[in-house]
Amino acid sequence: MLRIYYVWEWPVRICHWINVISMIMLSVTGFYIGSPFMTAPDTSMYIMGWMRMLHFSFAYLFAVSVAARIVWMFIGNQHASWRAFFPWLTKEGRTAFIKMFRYYTFTGKQISYETGHNPVAATAYLGIFALFIFQIVSGFAMYGQFAPGGFWEGILGGLNVLVGNQWLRLLHHGVMWLLAGFIINHVYSGWLMDVKERNGTMSGIFSGYRFIEPEDL
Amino acid sequence: MKTDLDAVSPPIPEEILQRVEARGINRRDFIKFCTVTTAALALPVSFIPTVAQAIEDKRLPVIWVEYQSCSGDSEAFLRANQPTAGEIILDLLSIEYAEVIMAAAGHQAEEAKRQAMEKYKGQYILIVEGSIPTGAGGGYCTIGGQSAVDDCKMLVQNAAATIAVGSCATFGGLPAAAPNPTSAVSVSSLVPGATIINLPGCPVNATNLTATIVHFMTFGRLPAVDRLGRPKFAYGKRIHDNCERRSHFDAGQYAEAFGDEAQRQGHCLYKLGCKGPETFHNCPTVRYNEGTSWPVMAGHGCIGCSEPGFWDTMSPFYRRLPKVPGFGIEDTADKIGIGLAAATAVAFGVHGVASCFRKGDAMEEDKVVKED
Repeated sequence: MLRIYYVWEWPVRICHWINVISMIMLSVTGFYIGSPFMTAPDTSMYIMGWMRMLHFSFAYLFAVSVAARIVWMFIGNQHASWRAFFPWLTKEGRTAFIKMFRYYTFTGKQISYETGHNPVAATAYLGIFALFIFQIVSGFAMYGQFAPGGFWEGILGGLNVLVGNQWLRLLHHGVMWLLAGFIINHVYSGWLMDVKERNGTMSGIFSGYRFIEPEDL
Repeated sequence: MKTDLDAVSPPIPEEILQRVEARGINRRDFIKFCTVTTAALALPVSFIPTVAQAIEDKRLPVIWVEYQSCSGDSEAFLRANQPTAGEIILDLLSIEYAEVIMAAAGHQAEEAKRQAMEKYKGQYILIVEGSIPTGAGGGYCTIGGQSAVDDCKMLVQNAAATIAVGSCATFGGLPAAAPNPTSAVSVSSLVPGATIINLPGCPVNATNLTATIVHFMTFGRLPAVDRLGRPKFAYGKRIHDNCERRSHFDAGQYAEAFGDEAQRQGHCLYKLGCKGPETFHNCPTVRYNEGTSWPVMAGHGCIGCSEPGFWDTMSPFYRRLPKVPGFGIEDTADKIGIGLAAATAVAFGVHGVASCFRKGDAMEEDKVVKED
């Protein structure tokens, strides 16, 4: 008998959608800042000014959202927990990881039956969190350059010296493209699993509920 | 109501001005020099007499050495106009050794350098221009049979303070650019822990060098520095944040090519690869050549010459971002990124099509209800 499980708690869903909106806004405004594709016809306009203002505002929103999600890793349920992102630490996790990996690569027929993240996805999200943190840290390090001696320069300015602000800029730019690749992968995999698992993968991130057959777990 | 506008500089004492005049320096030039230098150091106007007194009553011994350099910094300093270089050299400082301007040559000059070092041990200011090659046992640069490595170490250790001028002496500069064939290093990496201040730039701005020397003469120590050992009065702000073309950047008005209408209108040079947003220097306010101009004012983007990693991370000069390592020179980060995103989309598209034709892998088959 299928049962309805409450899997994704509201903080998880809110953070997810704030991240989506922030990433879209940050990518568009960031791309403009990196290579301005619109030229203002008049000096009284403020296109780059607004782009930067939006970029910095969404950067703060994104940083708060990622920080909140990390805090929730220690408060929330087992699917939100930090442990969910290290599936290969347990024997069952490793077995399920191999099963899922074989399914994705057409070498196996079976999908591992999970209530929360499947182990391959969870591993990818671990990498994504690392990229998020890199973007936040490198972004605020570069942002801090406008005010030497200020807060951001004070805590992250050393990075500009250690890595070099040009490399930081290039990496910040490159990671945006990695995240763009991830979004394609993420939406596709969500859609694929929604079709194949028939457990409400897609609607789950809106409602929080998934449809699970407890006998199959 | 009393405002800052009412603040008047206390006068420089008459006897100082008379002594300066007796030495053949124009009184007006001397007052101008003290005022400009005090302003460059971001000191209040009340410090002008202090500065005047400090530079008037001591002749600071200076040893100026060059290693892997083009003498560009010496040239820039000789073009200093406040007062003329001749006056600085002959009246305010006691230049004991400087290859570009000294009369002595050969072993005689080297002997003079050694004597000056002994005589003014712990008192002289050492100015280093050019990077120091550490490769081949220091053999790439020798002066009078002594390697630059040994010469520099000896002079730095005996100096009261060392001023590294130009990008080569401060960060390695051009000689240290990849693949750095001579293993060139900066003064601060050669002698870590010594009292060294960095004045990068290609060339160093003579006003900043003069102000640093005057700061040392006035207060007996070097000015406050940032993380890279650069004085905050000169390198405390980004070029971009003081740029006269900044309003066009914020508006979104960019020159797309050299000589186009936008460039002639004075629009922002960002899209022509200007490195102003990553370079800390006071070029927009102090400018070069008697305050005449500086690159962005002249219509060319900043090339980031005073930042560490110049030249490697600041080139290509006409692109905003460095070349992606391992890719061709024409590949920008965006081209590679779009390629990556497109490849991902294609790969998952193929995966999707294959998955559509996959049979028998869908779950909960027994629970699917087929309606009529």
